[in-house]
Parts: sequence; C-alpha cells; structure tokens
Amino acid sequence: MEAFGLYNYWIVIFLMMSGFYVVIARGNLVKKLVGLNIFQASVFVFYISMGKVAGGTAPIIAEGVETYSNPLPHVLILTAIVVGVATTALGLSLVVRINEEYGTVEEEELAGKDPAE
Amino acid sequence: MGGEFITGELIGVESIGIAMLWALLIPAAGSLVIAWLGRWPNLRETVTLVTAGALFIDVLWIVELYSRNGGTALTLWEIFPGLGLTFTAEPLGLLFALVASSLWIVNSIYSIGYMRGNGEQNQTRFYICFAVAIASTMWVAFAGNMLTLFIGYEVLTLSTYPLVTHSGKPEAIRGGRTYLGILISTSIGLLLLGLLMTWNIAGTLDFTPGGVLAAPLAAGAIGGPMIGLLLFLYVFGIGKAALMPVHRWLPAAMVAPTPVSALLHAVAVVKAGVFTVVKVIVYLFGVDLLANTPEANWLLYVAGFTIIAASVIALRQDNLKRRLAYSTVSQLSYVVMAAAILAPISVVGAAMHIAAHAFGKITLFFAAGSIYTVAHKTEVSQLDGIGRRMPWTMGAFTVGALSMIGVPPTVGFVSKWFILQGAMQTEQFVAVAVVIVSTLLNAAYFLPIVHAAFFRPPPDDDHAEHGEAPLPIVIALTVTAMGTIILFFLPDLPLGLARQLGIGG
Amino acid sequence: MIASVHFPILQIVLPLLLAPVCVLLRGARLAWFTALTASWGAFGIAVALLYDVLAGGPVSYAVGGWNAPWGIELRVDAANAFVLTIVAGIGAVVMIFARKSVEHEIGDSRAYLFYSAYLLCLAGLLGVTVTGDAFNLFVFLEISSLSSYVLISLGKDRRALYAAYQYLILGTIGATFYLIGVGLLYQVTGTLNMMDLAQRIGGQEDLRGVHVAFAFLTVGISLKLALFPLHFWLPNAYAYAPSAVTGFMAATATKVSVYVLLRVFFTIFGVDFSFGQMPLGEILMILAVAAMFAASTVAIFQNDVKRMLAYSSVAQIGYIVLGIGMASVTGVQAGVLHLFNHALIKGGLFLAMGCIAYSIGSTHIRDLGGLGKRMPWTAAAFVAGGFGLIGIPMTAGFVSKWYLVLAALEQGWWWIAVLILLSSLLAVLYVWKVVERMYFQPAGGTGETVERAEAPLGLLIPTWILIVASIWFGIDTRLSAGAALEAAKTLLGAG
Repeated sequence: MEAFGLYNYWIVIFLMMSGFYVVIARGNLVKKLVGLNIFQASVFVFYISMGKVAGGTAPIIAEGVETYSNPLPHVLILTAIVVGVATTALGLSLVVRINEEYGTVEEEELAGKDPAE
Repeated sequence: MGGEFITGELIGVESIGIAMLWALLIPAAGSLVIAWLGRWPNLRETVTLVTAGALFIDVLWIVELYSRNGGTALTLWEIFPGLGLTFTAEPLGLLFALVASSLWIVNSIYSIGYMRGNGEQNQTRFYICFAVAIASTMWVAFAGNMLTLFIGYEVLTLSTYPLVTHSGKPEAIRGGRTYLGILISTSIGLLLLGLLMTWNIAGTLDFTPGGVLAAPLAAGAIGGPMIGLLLFLYVFGIGKAALMPVHRWLPAAMVAPTPVSALLHAVAVVKAGVFTVVKVIVYLFGVDLLANTPEANWLLYVAGFTIIAASVIALRQDNLKRRLAYSTVSQLSYVVMAAAILAPISVVGAAMHIAAHAFGKITLFFAAGSIYTVAHKTEVSQLDGIGRRMPWTMGAFTVGALSMIGVPPTVGFVSKWFILQGAMQTEQFVAVAVVIVSTLLNAAYFLPIVHAAFFRPPPDDDHAEHGEAPLPIVIALTVTAMGTIILFFLPDLPLGLARQLGIGG
Repeated sequence: MIASVHFPILQIVLPLLLAPVCVLLRGARLAWFTALTASWGAFGIAVALLYDVLAGGPVSYAVGGWNAPWGIELRVDAANAFVLTIVAGIGAVVMIFARKSVEHEIGDSRAYLFYSAYLLCLAGLLGVTVTGDAFNLFVFLEISSLSSYVLISLGKDRRALYAAYQYLILGTIGATFYLIGVGLLYQVTGTLNMMDLAQRIGGQEDLRGVHVAFAFLTVGISLKLALFPLHFWLPNAYAYAPSAVTGFMAATATKVSVYVLLRVFFTIFGVDFSFGQMPLGEILMILAVAAMFAASTVAIFQNDVKRMLAYSSVAQIGYIVLGIGMASVTGVQAGVLHLFNHALIKGGLFLAMGCIAYSIGSTHIRDLGGLGKRMPWTAAAFVAGGFGLIGIPMTAGFVSKWYLVLAALEQGWWWIAVLILLSSLLAVLYVWKVVERMYFQPAGGTGETVERAEAPLGLLIPTWILIVASIWFGIDTRLSAGAALEAAKTLLGAG
C-alpha cells in the first residue's frame, strides 16, 4: 500500500524516463524537444509533490485551517517552468532556422549535408 | 614593486649581482637592437660584435669580482614560495660562462663570413635568435638553483629551434622536429619530474656544495633506489648531454648552417647539457653521496658505452658534419663519465673538458663550414688534397683533431690527464680502458681526414678553382685553433676555477 | 560606502539591466559602448570584491533585505571572488575584441542583439558564481546557458545552428539533473541556502536521498563543464561559434561550472562525504586522466584549429578536475590555479584564432601557411599561448603544472605525476603542427603573394592583453597562486 501511496513519484519516474528516452532515441529535432519537455515536466511534478503536506491546504491564511502545504517548492517550480518555456521557445526557433538552412529536421539527413572536415 | 622584488646585494659597481644581471641583459638587449637595425646589415653586424665583446668583458669582470670577494646569491623574485629566480657565481658556472662568451665573439666573426659567403636568408632572425641563445646560456651558467637553470635550459632549446630549421627546407623541418621533440620531451617528461621530486623530498633546489639530498637520506626519507631513480631522471632528462639513447637530436640538428652547429656543439647547447649534469652531480646529489650509493654506479657504464659506441658510429660516417656530431656525442660522455668517476680530481677533469672540447670542436666545425663555403664539399671522401688549397683551414682542423684525440700540446690532453688520474685513484679500471680505447678510435676517425687532406693528390675531375676561405672565417678558425694550443701552455685561468670546484665538491 | 556594501548584487544587476538597454539603443556602436561599460564596470566591482575578501574575509549580502536561510544570500569568499575576477576580467577584455570581430562576422544590423545576449550571459555567469543559494544558482545557470545557445547560433557557418541545438539539449539535461539534485536535497533538509545545507546534511549522510542527490548533481554539472566523456557538445559549439563568443565561453563558461562543482563537493557535501563515503576521488581521477590523453590525442588529428583548441580544452579541464579530485590543499589549489591560467591561455589563443578568421576568413590548418610572415603579431601570440598550453617555464601553464605534479607527488601518486607530464607532451604535438604550418609553409595554394594581412589593433590589443597576462602570471605567481591557495583553504576548511 505504501508503494501505491507514493504514486505521484512513480509518475515522476515514468515521465522522466520516457522523456529521457525520447530525447536520446528520436532523430527528429522537434520530437527531441518534446521529449525534453516531458523530461522537464517530470521534475515539475516532483517539486510540486514534494511541497504537498498531507491534509494541508493552499498556503493562504484562513480561519480554522491549521496545516498548509509548503509553498516554497511551488514558487520555485514557477521559475523553473518559465525557464522551461524559454528553453523550448529557443530550441524551436533554432529548429526553424535549421530547417531554413538545411531543409530538414531529421538528424540522419543533417549529418550528410555538410562536407566532412 | 621593485624593493621587495629583488633581494640580494645590488648596490655599487663592485657588486657581483649587478655584473651577473648585465651578463643576462647585454645579449638580451643586443637581440632587441639587432631586431631594430635589421634593415642595415653592416650596422646590425657591428651590434652583434659589440654585444659579444661587451659580454666577454662583463664575464671577465665577474670572474675578477669573484676571485676578490667570492660569490653571492642574487634572487630576482620568487616564482613559488621559497623558490625563486636565483643567480649565483660559482667556479663551474664561471668557467662555462667564460668559454661561451669568449667563443661567441669568434663565432660571430665566423657567422658574418659564413652567412654572407653563402647568401643565407633571414639573417636578422638568425642574429636575434643567436643573441637570445647566448642570453639563455648565461642564464644557465649563473643559475643559482635548479628551477632557474631549468628555465634557461628550456629557453635555450626554443631559441635554437629557429636556428636549426633556418633554411626552412623539408629536411630542416624534419631535423627540427627531432631536435625539439627529443629535447622537449626529455626535459618535460623526465627532468621536470626529477626536479619536482627533489623539491618534494628536499624542500630546496638551491645548488649547495655537498648536495641537498644528504639530509633526507640521513633522515631515512629516501633510500638508495630512489637516488638511483632520481639520477636516471636527471641524466636522461638532460637530453642536451646527449647520453645514449637520447643523442639522436644532435646528428639530426646537423641540417643547420655551420655557425649554428658550432653554437650547438661548442658554445652553448651541448655544453649547457653536460654543464647541467656536472652541476646536478656536484651540487644536488653531492659527489660523496653518489660515491656511497651503489645504485648510482650505472652512470659510469652508460657514459663509457656512449663514448665507445658513438666513436664507432663516427668511424662509419662519410658526411663530415655527421662524423663531427657523433664525435661530439662521444666527447660529451667524457664529461659525464668524468663526473661519474666521483673523484674530486676527475671533476676537475670534467670541468676542464668542457672548455677543452669547446675550443677543439668549434675549430673543427669552423673548418667544416669553411670547406663547405668555398668548395661546397660535405663528404669526407671528397677531401683528398684539399689541404694544399686551404692550408689555414686544414691546419686548424688538424689542431682541433689532435685536441680531440688528446695529443699534447693541445688542451685535450690536459683534461684527459685529469680524468685518467681520477679513474686511477678510485681504481675504476673500466673508465681507464674506455679512455684508452676511445683515444684509439678518435685517432682512427680523425687522422685519415688529415692524411687525405695533406698527403693525397686531389682527384683528377676536380677542376673547381678555389683558394682559402673568406677572411672572417680564417680569422675565426685560426683564433680558436690557437686557443686550443694556448690553453695547453697556460691553463691557469680555467684550471684555477676547476680546481676550486674540485675542492668545493 | 553604501555602494561597496551592495557590490555583490551590483555585480549581477549592472550587466543584467544594461542588456535590454542595448536592445533599446539599436545602434551597433552605442550598444557596444553600453556593453563595454557594463563589462568593465563588472570587472571593477569584481576586483574590488576580491581585495575586500582577501583583506576582510567573506562578504554576505541578503537580496532584498531577506536574511538567509529564507531569502537569497549572495556570498563571496576567497574561492568565488577569484572566479568572479577571472570571469569578469575575460568578459571585459573580450568585449574590446568584440567590436571589430562582431562587425565582421555578424554584421552591424544584428550587433545589438549580440551585445545584449553577451551581457545576459555574463550576468548569468557572474550570478552563478556569486550566489549562495542552490536554486538561485540554477536560475542564473539557465540565464547564462540560454544566452550562450543564442550566441553560438550566431556563428557564420550554418553548422553553428546544429551545434547550438545540440548544446541546448545536453545543457538542458545537465541543468535539469542539477534541479533534481537540488530538489532531493531540499526534501531531505528543507533548505536551499548552501551554508545551511552544509550544516543540515551533517548527520544525514546515510540517507539514500542524499546519495542520489549527490549523483544527480555530479552528473548534471559534469555535463555543463564538459568532463570527459560528457564533452560531446563542446567541440562543435566552440568551433562554429563566432570568434568572440568562443574566446569568451572557453575562458569562462566551463570554468564557472568547475566552480559549481567545487561548491557542491566541498561546501555543500563536505570533503569527508564527497571523497570519503563516495568514491569520487577515484572516479574523477580516472575520468581526468582519460580526458587528458583521449582529448589531446583527438586534438592532434583535428584540421580546424578552433576544433583542435576545443579538444585541447576538454583535456585541460581534465587537469583541473584531476587537481580537484586529489582533495588536498595543494591539489585544489592546482585545480583552481589552472582554472585561472587556462582561462587566460585559452582565451588568448581563441582570440588569436579570431584575428586569423578576421583577416583570412578561415581557421582551417591548410589556410594558415605563411602566417608567420603575413600576420607576425597574431602568429607570435599563438606561439606564446601554445607555450602556455605545453607548460614551458615562464608561462602560466608551467605554474599550474608545477603545482599539479607537486600535489600528485605529495599524495605519493608518482605515476599520476608521470601521466601529467606525458600528456603535456601531446600538447607539443598539436601546437607544433600549427606552428610549423605558420612559419615553414608558404601561403596556401598560390604561394607567391606574401603580403602583410595583420589584424587591426582593435583585435590585436585584447589578444595580447590575455597573452601577456598568461606570461605575467607565469613569472609573478604571488597573486594567482596566493589567491588560489586562499580559495583552496576556504573550500577545504568549510567542509
């Protein structure tokens, strides 16, 4: 039961591994970025789970509430999400430029396009 | 930052520290002025000669000050805590500086004749590098600790590289590669390691009479095998001493113009090598310490082997400069072997041999270059009858050859005498045998040249009309040949210095 | 005196705020001038901080008045004051270089974007160095990383785009690993402040969470600092980035990552945990030695000199990590010292390549023939820098190698000492390959036209500033070795 009770951590690990796998295994530059996003999202879930206090509520002072969740990880992850969005945007714009220059976003096809040094 | 930067006595004209600094600054400044005057060859050559003369006078002045007041250490600044750029005047260094600075004058005169006679390219670069090489030689000669010496040693390697590859032809580049490859890899791979190990063990790298390793040995920090290992690192790390098997750079560097070969063989490079070996044996290990360490005995045999083997190889070389190169390899090991005999009297012989070989070998190279300049001959077999056309050149060659063999009245006899005496005293009969055998071999590869030059008729197909070499070349080789003889009769100055070393060690 | 109290934050804020100003100004010259002001201002502050710290001990600054451990603390001690000075100094010198180089390689119309990204990158790197908060470090790391992806992609060659993309993927993975590590640590300790973390980890070393956090942090940072075998992003990124960017990044970005590694190992986890309980010393030593030999060997076979120098950087990082892996005062001192010296040497070398790219338009070895005559000053700078890489005496490289070998001998690892010296001989091979080409080969192809094509002073001066510095610190080591010693003592003492 305890293992099941920590199900959100299992989800974190599943997301992390599948995202990581996509980054490594896929040859399409856009799909790699998707994998990277999944990978990052798993970390977001991890931080959010970490801040949750059992039975706690949102950290807004209200009558009759004794336990609050820890707000700090949630705040942190807001920052991390912003960073993630910026990374994705930059990555996609690089892919656009690569597509303009090479006419493809497939890794294998890119490899042959430049003369070998 | 001046005040705290430099420690040691610097005040007054009488200061030996100031004089030593001048010995470094004169050639260094000379190289700058030469670079600046590159467009006016006559002016440039004048500067070279003036610099050489000034340096020689300065070195004489240092010797004079030393005999009057003794040496003092001058620390410029500390590179590492407790380990600085230190310069000291001591007998061996003075002897080396004296030999190098006096031969530089002659070599400069010769260079001018040779470089102009052969219409070489890039002469300005040549003279600049030459002056830098001499500056670093002075640096090596006056170094007060092993780190300082190492720095000068490396600068010397790098500043002579452009000289070796002067022609820029593919074979020059190949030769340069071997030259630099062996010298840099031995010095960084072995010598620097030995240096650091010594520093780690002894906590000092200062050249100290009696050596720096005695205290750690007494304290049990190191043992005999460690000393044997350190000796290995030093002796083979000093690639410039050309002990077999790290001698290959010397024949490879024969692609250089002849004045450079003379610089390498007589004035600076190889002499810096054997000088360093002697210095390490006397002032870092200590003669007594090595004499009591059975693990250090191998040096004698390696040096003896090199002497014989290099002579045998020299015997089979037809190219004159290569034959001389292998002769140098052999003669250098005389110095190393003399130091390895580990008797005070043989250390005197080692110091004397540095001077003796310098004068003899530079004469031989001058002669070889003279033949090349006038007759464009490089092989021994082409030299039949050449002595009749170039009497001065071949006369000087003969004197040089006799000195190599060790026949009186040449200075080569003096140093061999001391080496033999040391070997007899310590009953190292292997060394005695080596000296005798190698003397025979030396005679076997030098005398036929002399014989052919004077007593064989010139070949019939040789119609090239040529006489004696240009005047600067003749002057230079006559002066050094005279020097070889004069030093036999008046060996007081070098011998006095060498004797002090023998007592000190 | 108020200003001096705020130095730690001003250090970051100055370039950070002037970055958007560059965008607003638009004009290439104005933007450059703004960036120049910002980078030299940051350098001035860094030097002032270094003197403060060496004289009066660590400086702490609570951002926004919120005290640690709740607020973000900026903390400057001997270790990061030293790194700050290097980063800001290189940033300032390269900025002089950037004027001509950017005009030539990127064009005036887009120059303001370059300067803006450059300032952001500088701010990020300075922030990473100055912060005392583990999460804040991640944010600054990403600021610098994101802007460096942009900077790399500005390279003239289209391969720069793909290089930037690869770096983006690997860099993000590295940063995310770091983030996971920090998260795990927060879970165990409930704090993000480094000093606080260090105290609270004490006594909890056996928790699996701490072990896993340690592993994530180590791998994540190793990716960012291109520790062999995690270096694959680096050669392409350095080879195709604009010259000014390569010079700046090679001298700073990996160095800052090394600093982060030092902080994590020594300050947060402490030397007993990192090197006693975890087998870190052995792992780092093996990887470092592998880097020294493998990367140097690969460098020998490179034909593009920028790529060659990039591989050489991977090897040199090996030396730095080797020193750190010894975990002794001399070892860490050697590592930190080489971090400083290598920044100068490699910065100078890459700027020299920038000069060559400016005049000849190529850094391929076949195009470098006759350069000794055509660009004597640049070629001489390359030779002097190359001496530093080899470790010839009187150059900075010699000094760091001296300490490194000494540290190995102190540990009794004499075979490591042998390996260090042997691997520096590999540097002779690749440096000399270029030197021979520059001085002994006639100018490529045609061969007849040997005309002077020296780079303009605007490029030569900054190149020579770095080269002269690399020689100066090989002769007078009191400042560099002294500061490195203080840094090593601080790092090891804190554990």
